[in-house]
Amino acid sequence: MHEMSIAESVLQIIEDTARAEGCARVKTVWLEIGQLACVEKEALRFCFDAVTQDSIARDARLEILEIAGQGRCIECACNVAVTARYEPCPNCGSLQIQVTGGEEMRVKELEVE
Amino acid sequence: MCTTCGCGIGQTLIGGHALRKPHKPGVEMHYRARELSATHAHSHTPAHNTINFGAGLAGTHAPGLSQARIVKIERDILSKNNGYADENRRYFSAHGIFALNLVSSPGSGKTTLLVKTIMALNGSQPLAVIEGDQQTDNDAARIRAAGAPALQINTGRGCHLDALMIGQAMQRLDLKDDSLLLIENVGNLVCPASFDLGEAHKVVIFSVTEGEDKPLKYPDMFRAADLMLLSKCDLLPHLDFDAKLAVENARRVNPNIQVIRVSASSGEGLAEWLDWIAAGCHDAVAAKPPAV
Repeated sequence: MHEMSIAESVLQIIEDTARAEGCARVKTVWLEIGQLACVEKEALRFCFDAVTQDSIARDARLEILEIAGQGRCIECACNVAVTARYEPCPNCGSLQIQVTGGEEMRVKELEVE
Repeated sequence: MCTTCGCGIGQTLIGGHALRKPHKPGVEMHYRARELSATHAHSHTPAHNTINFGAGLAGTHAPGLSQARIVKIERDILSKNNGYADENRRYFSAHGIFALNLVSSPGSGKTTLLVKTIMALNGSQPLAVIEGDQQTDNDAARIRAAGAPALQINTGRGCHLDALMIGQAMQRLDLKDDSLLLIENVGNLVCPASFDLGEAHKVVIFSVTEGEDKPLKYPDMFRAADLMLLSKCDLLPHLDFDAKLAVENARRVNPNIQVIRVSASSGEGLAEWLDWIAAGCHDAVAAKPPAV
């Protein structure tokens, strides 16, 4: 259940930004979450609603942009789509895949007023 | 679902004391303001005889609506934890401290293995232990009984240790230069994978009384770890556990993971584990910047 900690970190970033920008309300929050980041999106939505209840982001819409998992096979040097950690390379069957993308977890932008 | 899970403040206790208010980590925030017009494609060229209600910052023109705008942030969600972790790591490297983050499911034998490790080191290596559990001081008491300084962090309802807790625990532990710091995380194969504490390595302990497919079920943790200790190996003759398959599964998620088979009861593998620790301590001391 670290989604709660993650939701709190998101709120902290929102509040810091809102203070710096001098805005009164946050209407929409865009997150970028990689497919391989250790986050369960629905749990994060639930936690986001819970932690933002009495905050500047109360009733804010949460938009989650999913970033596809990407990797590079060390054996055959091809770029592969990675949907799970233990999947073999579709090209050569090797398990030596280096993940190159899809692990990110970012607050991308906010719509504020 | 518990709404205070993982939030730390209020529930977390370090050695029985409440977690202090966090300080500002040295993390820079980058943002730039942008007008909303990108989502508002048609143009609004005001005519001479027009009273323009949409001339605000963001060009909003619906009556009653205030001036919404988009603020670009691009900030890593775990940046705050990572900022604290970097502080811890800088401290470790400046003082030649080799820090390990021990992670596993509950009941894998982490504390027993730690007790045996401390007894085997027998004072030859200065060390300290940070114990993480939701409740009780039991594990820290076991470590202290084995002869090492230990501090217990109770996370309350929290499911993992974070870098701020470790930073505050470090200040109370009086860590020696060139020492070993063993951090026993909360028994949980999920959440601790995401939270960097500033350690040199995560070490995952996987006991042979679990299933061989645990690395496939909890791949994030096995991917985050550099070393896997296959524990309770003295029980292998009594079990159907396929140790070879377990290692294969771990390497399937993390081709680079090192594996040591250990048993706290029989002492199997302890020498290899101690050698691994000694090599890490040696490298940490060697990499320490020269004293000014």
